[in-house]
Amino acid sequence: MSQPGDTRPVEVRHDLAHVPLSPPSRTSGVLEVFRRRYLLRLMVRREIRARYAGTAFGLAWSYINPFTRFLTFYFVFGLLLGRGMGLENFAIHLFAGMVLVNYFTESVTAGTRSLLANKGVIAKMAMPREMFPVASMLVSLWHAVPQLIILVAACLATGVFGDGPMWVPDAVGMGAAFLGFLLIMVYGTAAGLMFSCVNVIFRDFQRIVQTFINIVPFTVPMMYPYHLIADGERIPAEYHDLYVANPVAEAVMLIQRGFWYPTCEGRCAVDPATGAELPEFVSDLYTRGFVMLGIGLVLLALSQFVFSRLEKTVPERL
Amino acid sequence: MTLSPTTSIVVDNVSKTFRYQSHPTLKKVLQGKLRGQSTSETFKALDGVSFQVQQGESIGLMGLNGSGKSTLLKLVSGVMRPDQGEVLTRGRISGLIATGAGFHNELTGRDNIYMNAAMLGMSKEETDAKFDDIAAFADVGRFLDTPVGNYSSGMFARLGFSVAVHVDCDIFIADEVLAVGDRPFKRKCLKRMKQIRESGITMFYVSHSAGSVKRMCDRAIVLEKGRLGFDGDVDEAIKFLHYDGDDDEPDGEEVEEDERDDALASDI
Repeated sequence: MSQPGDTRPVEVRHDLAHVPLSPPSRTSGVLEVFRRRYLLRLMVRREIRARYAGTAFGLAWSYINPFTRFLTFYFVFGLLLGRGMGLENFAIHLFAGMVLVNYFTESVTAGTRSLLANKGVIAKMAMPREMFPVASMLVSLWHAVPQLIILVAACLATGVFGDGPMWVPDAVGMGAAFLGFLLIMVYGTAAGLMFSCVNVIFRDFQRIVQTFINIVPFTVPMMYPYHLIADGERIPAEYHDLYVANPVAEAVMLIQRGFWYPTCEGRCAVDPATGAELPEFVSDLYTRGFVMLGIGLVLLALSQFVFSRLEKTVPERL
Repeated sequence: MTLSPTTSIVVDNVSKTFRYQSHPTLKKVLQGKLRGQSTSETFKALDGVSFQVQQGESIGLMGLNGSGKSTLLKLVSGVMRPDQGEVLTRGRISGLIATGAGFHNELTGRDNIYMNAAMLGMSKEETDAKFDDIAAFADVGRFLDTPVGNYSSGMFARLGFSVAVHVDCDIFIADEVLAVGDRPFKRKCLKRMKQIRESGITMFYVSHSAGSVKRMCDRAIVLEKGRLGFDGDVDEAIKFLHYDGDDDEPDGEEVEEDERDDALASDI
């Protein structure tokens, strides 16, 4: 029925004698998503276009929301409470962290809802259902791009108008920032996969996730400097280990290493009273990053396992 | 189980169980526990169904409401998996379990054609090549570049149908395709489905209309409360279902509907 004029029966045209009989629902999990990249691309594009469809400002909303949040945090933590935190270029310290935190929270919330939000399609059409959480993660990544552009502009502007040196990206710093993005990507996908199918079975889950997601921005060193956690005065040292075991906190420090750190004159964090140098980041920043990436990949494999177990019953529970 | 190289669909002793209530609240569960009733009662939508279909056969799937037809279609199309037994298919599947599933209301008809085609497994090149045919068949005119949310229900269904019938598939599934659309479109659909059938594609056709099953299919399967009630000749299947007008007082409208479908089917 495709090429006009080709009147051979389908059986001959498609050489069906050599096509194996197989279960119609069989897929190879997340790998299937990358095999069907074209569909994934369309789905991501659909989400991006549909998100602000019909609004007058359109894509501008992607900038307005993060910007107002940034201003709020900057006034409260930077100007009201921040005197004496001893950080140079606090705004960049904050905004660099926000780029990744927004990316993470958006991927997890949208990922958790992805299966329920697409229930019309899932109940009617056979397709790899991993597609939906992965697409949510990629849509969130797309939304991180404008923020990243603002971040670069801010770093350059600080170099030109501030007292510090020109912002020149260094190889190590860019590698660190990239590793930070990679961490969020892996952990965000893992969480999205696992949570999306749990949410179909137990619908309270998305509200539970939302509750915890609201805490995430406060568990990373962006509104306050890392040395407040590390000095052992406010928080006992054993909790410091727990704090830096958070992959989002690690990713935030990695991106700050890439963008904020090179904007400082000398050390970035100095005790305002004594002038003593304070640590900007956790001491084993890079090793820790790679170890966490490894753990994240294991977690991703585990999520895929859970997903493939649970997704069998997803269409009838929608 | 004997399989020939041209077996298209194998359904082997398949069962599917559903729960009456899939999301009981905590309160309901506790109430049930106190009264000693279980909230997780189940029923079998399909119970030990087995049959095989050869490539190029066209099967009419019949049965009363709630007999498990849609569940069977979902298992064959791969949307659901059987709890017991096995479903095997050969080649690419297209079809309509519901027209326009997966359409996004905010996107234009054009975008939705590409999206739906990709969901059915078509590549970009394939869709590009067939796009004009698809658009012409759907016949929505200038509305092609308006969001499908603004479409009339008939246009919406036409667009969905149009994409599904243009997939170069080996198995075509059609669930109540004639339920939507006006008469000219129904005629076009039937014509197209006849082409599909003649090109050697295995067809799985669900309908309540005895007339159209008689015209379209060379074998009928009747489901009865989830079990295989009858498998074989179409005329006998219609007798088996008492759809042949032997009822004491046949419903006037139904007969009329049947006659209209008969007339349509003979038109093509």
